[in-house]
Amino acid sequence: MTTVAGVLHGTGVGRGAVVGPVVQVHGAPEIDPQEQVGADAADAHRVMAEAFDAVAARLGEQAAAARGTLAEVLGATAQMAADPALRAQTLARVDAGEPAVAALDAVVDGFAAMFEQAGGYLAERVTDLRSVRDRVAAHALGRPAPGVPVLERASVVVADDLAPADTAGLDLALTLALVTERGGPTGHTAIIAGQLGIPCVVQVRGATDLPEGTEVAVDAAAGVLTVDPDDAVRAAVESRRVALAQLGEDTAPGRTADGHDVALLANIGTAEDAERLVDAAVEGVGLFRTEVLFLGRDAAPTEDEQVATYARVLTALGRRKVVLRTLDAGADKPLPFVTQPGEENPALGVRGYRLVRVAEELLRTQLRAVARAAEQTGTDPWVMAPMVATADEARRFAELAREAGVRTVGVMVEVPAVALRARDVLAEVDFVSLGTNDLAQYTMATDRLRGELADLLDPWQPAVLDLVALTADGGRAADRPVGVCGESASDPLLALVLVGLGVTSLSMAPSAVPGVRFALGRHTLERCREMAAAARSARTAVDARAACLALADADVREVLALG
Amino acid sequence: MAQRTVTVASKVGLHARPAAIFAQRAAAAGVPVTIARPGGAPVDAASVLMVMTLGVPHGEDVVLEADGDGAEAALDDLVAVLATDLDSEDAPPPAGAGA
Repeated sequence: MTTVAGVLHGTGVGRGAVVGPVVQVHGAPEIDPQEQVGADAADAHRVMAEAFDAVAARLGEQAAAARGTLAEVLGATAQMAADPALRAQTLARVDAGEPAVAALDAVVDGFAAMFEQAGGYLAERVTDLRSVRDRVAAHALGRPAPGVPVLERASVVVADDLAPADTAGLDLALTLALVTERGGPTGHTAIIAGQLGIPCVVQVRGATDLPEGTEVAVDAAAGVLTVDPDDAVRAAVESRRVALAQLGEDTAPGRTADGHDVALLANIGTAEDAERLVDAAVEGVGLFRTEVLFLGRDAAPTEDEQVATYARVLTALGRRKVVLRTLDAGADKPLPFVTQPGEENPALGVRGYRLVRVAEELLRTQLRAVARAAEQTGTDPWVMAPMVATADEARRFAELAREAGVRTVGVMVEVPAVALRARDVLAEVDFVSLGTNDLAQYTMATDRLRGELADLLDPWQPAVLDLVALTADGGRAADRPVGVCGESASDPLLALVLVGLGVTSLSMAPSAVPGVRFALGRHTLERCREMAAAARSARTAVDARAACLALADADVREVLALG
Repeated sequence: MAQRTVTVASKVGLHARPAAIFAQRAAAAGVPVTIARPGGAPVDAASVLMVMTLGVPHGEDVVLEADGDGAEAALDDLVAVLATDLDSEDAPPPAGAGA
């Protein structure tokens, strides 16, 4: 283990700050399959048998303590670890004198090959099988168990990167902060952390070298980790925590200092998210990502099931606005029943609204389900399509939606082509909403999942701001709403710029709303416009942010740690 | 040697959740039970990995075999399991899968 300097730098997500002990998430151990297990074959047999038992028992305990999908995944993995054929075949090879880990690998590879050949559901179980292999091998060799450990006290969870399954395994009540060595600011970990209001710093070099139990101060606003913080750092963390808690008590609608209304909305993925908003100070939902209902399934949910879920969301929000986005599958969110296999460039392929070309019924069913849920609940949700590229696609989507009984129809602006031709698109639909993460990805030709390219994806890139401005101009000309539902909206400084450019609503992780509300209330619309002009005149992303910061209110800079 | 032939009722066939539930019941049967596709090689019914590897689709027959005390009763129980659509919501969840 290398020595770590006192301060580590990364990219922060959120504004929170905490102090706590480090818990490391271990990746799969690198094990030489020839490594010796036990003194001889008989001893190796005993050690391996014990490893199978221990891993199965541990996974069984975790399954019993978990709920929902996670419980099912853990239960299925426990059953694999206890599988009599896996055990018997491995031990037979060990008895024949084969090195124990190599024997396990050979048997697991055999099953994996059969599963992969079968494809579909079985192919997806190969990951579970490999994780059983990793756990049994680690146990037999006395190495730490791979995966997210069970937290015994409130901790700062540190990982190289977290897979969605790892994040699902986290005990959120005890997770003070998430820190990753890799991962990008718009990647999975960061989005989940933002959603849950957990301070997060990604791309922290050296984080995985921190010894277990080291006390660290995590400052998400500054993107900094302080190892063994002194009293001054601890006091600063505490005063920020108190200031942020106070912001959370303001529940007024979003409004600039001179009374210009800007709706502050929440991004959600599930009915449970919506139900958590019942008492929250948000004016509605600006992005309901319906694909969460479709993920991890072998077949699409039925129309009735969709009606039930949408109705729960609409009921939870009552008279507040709800914008529902139709299925956004493909690229980083593949679905077995619609995703086109073997696409070389899935981000540029058949994804989002484009799925209508191969599975129109899927969209029609979803739109019917929304209309039925609206009727059942006596509400009037807005519906928008992701990944639209032309005015013709916008028109076709609007036709389909209105045929199904949806009254207010819009499209997302994620493809630069739509921003450039916003006027044509807004002639076909009632509103647009900017998905700034994808808009930046497509404008800058940069994969959102590549952390090392994060500078190119900086939401302050003037080229991206120009496209937001063009879209807002189109909205103004057509007198139609232009919202933002990407991560940009959750940055209080950038939110001011978006408002200055002409954006009419901001939708973000609910945890980001208090900071944005505070920033808006301390600036006039005129000042927001000055900031927008300053940002667009800058040559680089860094200059754009600096120019706006210079125009920002001093209190806001201080409390939100904007720099 | 007790033997039964039964048609797999689960809509997804004998994998995923149905295979997990079936293998668990077979493991708890008290006697070793094998499962095979008609004319195929029998495999350990208590192994979810082997059961899934058989890849039996919905509506196809499988042959169960067991020997020893309680074999008949064990097979009757497992036939009842296979004749149920285990993927429907009211099917019993796999043990250890929580609430």
